Amino acid sequence: MLMENKAENKAVFDEESAKEVVKELRDSFVTGKTKSYRWRVTQLKAMLKMLDENEPQIVAALRDDLSKPEFESSLYEIQMLKNSCRLALKEMNHWMMPEKAKTSLTTFPSSAEIISEPLGVVFVISAWNYPFLLSLDPVVGAISAGNAIVLKPSEMAPASSSLLAKLVADYLDCSCIKVVEGAVPETSALLEQKWDKILYTGNGKVARIVMAAAAKHLTPVVLELGGKSPVIVDSDINLKVATRRIIVGKWGCNNGQACISPDYIITTKDYATKLVDSFKCELERFYGKDPLESKDLSRIVNSNHFDRLSKLMDEEKVSSKIVHGGQRNEKDLQIAPTILLDVPVNSLIMKEEIFGPLLPIITVDKVEQSFDLIHSSGGKPLAAYLFTNNKKLKRKFVETVSAGGLVVNDTAVHLAIHSLPFGGVGESGMGSYHGKFSFDAFSHKKAVLYRGFAGDAFLRYPPYTPGKLTLLQALVSGSIVGIIRALLGWFWA
Amino acid sequence: MEKSIAELRETFKNGGTNSISWRKSQLKALLQLINQNEDSIFKALDQDLGKSPVESYRDEVGVLKKSVTYTLSCLEKWVAPKKAEVPLLFFPAKAEVMPQPLGVVLIFSSWNFPFTLALDPLIGAISAGNTVLLKPSDLAPACMSFLVETIPKYLDNKAIKVVAGGADIGERLLQQKWDKIFFTGSPRVGRLVMAAAAKHLTPVTLELGGKSPAIVDTLSATPSKAKVTAKRIVGGKWGPCTGQACIAIDYLLVEEKLASILIELLKKTIKRFYGENIKSLKSISRIVNKHQFQRLVNLLKDPNVADSIVYGGSVDEEKLVIEPTILLDPPLDSEIMSEEIFGPLLPIITLKNIEESIDFINSKSSPLVIYAFTEDETFKKRILSETSSGTVTFNDSMVQFLCDSLPFGGVGQSGFGRYHGKYSFDTFSHEKSILHRGFYPEIEPRYPPWTDFKLSFIKLAYKFDYFGLILLLLGFKRS
Repeated sequence: MLMENKAENKAVFDEESAKEVVKELRDSFVTGKTKSYRWRVTQLKAMLKMLDENEPQIVAALRDDLSKPEFESSLYEIQMLKNSCRLALKEMNHWMMPEKAKTSLTTFPSSAEIISEPLGVVFVISAWNYPFLLSLDPVVGAISAGNAIVLKPSEMAPASSSLLAKLVADYLDCSCIKVVEGAVPETSALLEQKWDKILYTGNGKVARIVMAAAAKHLTPVVLELGGKSPVIVDSDINLKVATRRIIVGKWGCNNGQACISPDYIITTKDYATKLVDSFKCELERFYGKDPLESKDLSRIVNSNHFDRLSKLMDEEKVSSKIVHGGQRNEKDLQIAPTILLDVPVNSLIMKEEIFGPLLPIITVDKVEQSFDLIHSSGGKPLAAYLFTNNKKLKRKFVETVSAGGLVVNDTAVHLAIHSLPFGGVGESGMGSYHGKFSFDAFSHKKAVLYRGFAGDAFLRYPPYTPGKLTLLQALVSGSIVGIIRALLGWFWA
Repeated sequence: MEKSIAELRETFKNGGTNSISWRKSQLKALLQLINQNEDSIFKALDQDLGKSPVESYRDEVGVLKKSVTYTLSCLEKWVAPKKAEVPLLFFPAKAEVMPQPLGVVLIFSSWNFPFTLALDPLIGAISAGNTVLLKPSDLAPACMSFLVETIPKYLDNKAIKVVAGGADIGERLLQQKWDKIFFTGSPRVGRLVMAAAAKHLTPVTLELGGKSPAIVDTLSATPSKAKVTAKRIVGGKWGPCTGQACIAIDYLLVEEKLASILIELLKKTIKRFYGENIKSLKSISRIVNKHQFQRLVNLLKDPNVADSIVYGGSVDEEKLVIEPTILLDPPLDSEIMSEEIFGPLLPIITLKNIEESIDFINSKSSPLVIYAFTEDETFKKRILSETSSGTVTFNDSMVQFLCDSLPFGGVGQSGFGRYHGKYSFDTFSHEKSILHRGFYPEIEPRYPPWTDFKLSFIKLAYKFDYFGLILLLLGFKRS
């Protein structure tokens, strides 16, 4: 109802409006305002202030949209963002410095460098599961690289979306950074425009539409998608620690509605029962006897997703496999942490990304077979996890499993390490961000070569004679340095 | 074709291409291919484009030899995982970024440098451990059939394949699923490639072109500098395949008062390099085909454009040769000033003040290169910070292409993604991030049920405020 009323009051956001927004930002960008170090610092500081002063509002919006526990909101969204801002503020100076490139003999006498320049006007389309982090973390990167930005938060987290619109307008430079709220029509209108970069977080279906739209304007894209991220559990481990780390990565991250949460577990037949028992015990310790009463679990975002997850659980060959949990409350959109043992690999739950509180366990005879299982599923997930103390197994995992990121003996924590690029491969997306990688994602690396006038190789220029060819060839067969010297000025005309 | 692709995927799956020894053996075989077939390569290039052997060696054979040798010498270093810093909080932990092959990649190359633009990306794809399907351009047929016939004799057939064909084959290839597409060509086809790639979420590198200007501000310096400037301009316009190159100079920007000096210098240099009469031009390539020839002739047909010709302008339709042609101030709205020229026509645009060239360049889409002949340091800085282009080269032309340490690629309409040297390796690799953790120590506040104490703890932890953490744990700090 609230949404409808709003829509009536607002003028329709069509292609004309989209064009206007982009034009205004492009005009601002052309003035060179966003390129200055000072502007970038001011904006990042303003964002820090915005996060500091509005923590309760953000927590409340996330409670409205997802019943997200304050702890999760505060840490995984607000603190994480503040860290990003602080890191950018600290390091940006360094990131912006031209990078010297070696030229030595290749282009003697000369020097070369690589300059990071802003791409221009960029478009960030974010998702509903971490509405603040996934909106503002890319924005931090785009600001630190000196771009003008349009952010489109997800309409599926309406309270967060409208709070973002308000806060960004209040705190940041609205001539260069804008939030456009809306759903499919608004996004489509925006996608028709020419952007200098698009960063999209979401699913593969929409990502294809985004990339096809980008193709019309030759716009590079970063696509942050998901996939079925597996957890391999070996039997020689500290079971309690492993179980708890899986639980926080799965249910402790928005109740499984996160792109890096563990999607399913692979373990050996013998170990599976032990693992299930350990899950039961730790889950109860964390969320109590009745998890639907727990304040520490997010709810499902909306009834569509609730129905989708219900369908996964209710599939005939799957429903009998539930060994823990399974409770649901349709009215409040709650689903309890649910573990399923030995679901058939051709079931729906094993085919699509679960993105919710269901955790299937697949068993194999030997843990080494897990790799084949992951390979045969075809896709390259965003993350893959392994719990083991076996060095050989670790090595094999690292070398053969293809995924955006790998973590050994923990889950999801790689997200918090800024020195690691965060992004997918194959079906889990392309491009990466976080820390300096965010700056790079929104920068063009301009190659610059400085030459003097001394030293001009006659070999370079016509008229071409057999003598010149012979000399060139002789130089190459002699040494590779020779040709370059010859080409570029060692032999003076 | 589907069978070939399936075989490439199978080969990749079996993991053979992942080993450093395989990569090295293929690179060495490629070097051998080039070494043993130099004459055939020269012949094919002469047949397709009338390239002289020196030009062929300078722009193709030599470039490739340098590229393979450089890659072979650096490969081990590139393949090694890079350590990444981990905050103390995660102790004990180790993080690294490991480059991994993407899988089965598709390379579309173009006709103007049929060897360099096909094999230089191939070197990158091999060095990163991928299996490759290469589709050379059918507009350079002799070079294409050379590649189709010769590559299987030297390289691993199960992992590297070459397909002959035109646009129809290209379209069919685009319907398949690839792990990367590397395309060199025009923006129009670039759009089609990217749209097709979107269906399979395939990342693309697009190496396109654009109108690359040369700003000329060194004519009033010493006569020898003016002379070198002219040589480098002529070398950067008609040298590479008679202007049929994505990094060739498209047009010149010069101050009004210096235009006549510039034209005189260019004329003299052209005559010295290539000769005077269209019938006896030497050391210059021809236009690739009738279609391109006609397109270039049409550019000159506009009467206002024809009037602006100050040198050259004659054409030989039979031999597909167009004389080096200089135009002074053709209308800015004419096609020759709105389209990429990609041929031996060189418009000179005059400005009152050379600094106006910045606005002029910014009124067009970002080119692949901006060449600037200037010794004015402030002007250099302005060019760097106020314009956008793939590359900026000061006081020379073309040579940036040979610099392995510089990324080569466009921005905006001139494309995206980059290659050469290590950048080629990166273009065909996925940077996988890896975090290794131990089981101890455990940080209890990570786990629910959430309490205020845990919230304060993690907040401090996120700030890496270790002192605060100790105080909190000792009970000196209120949660």
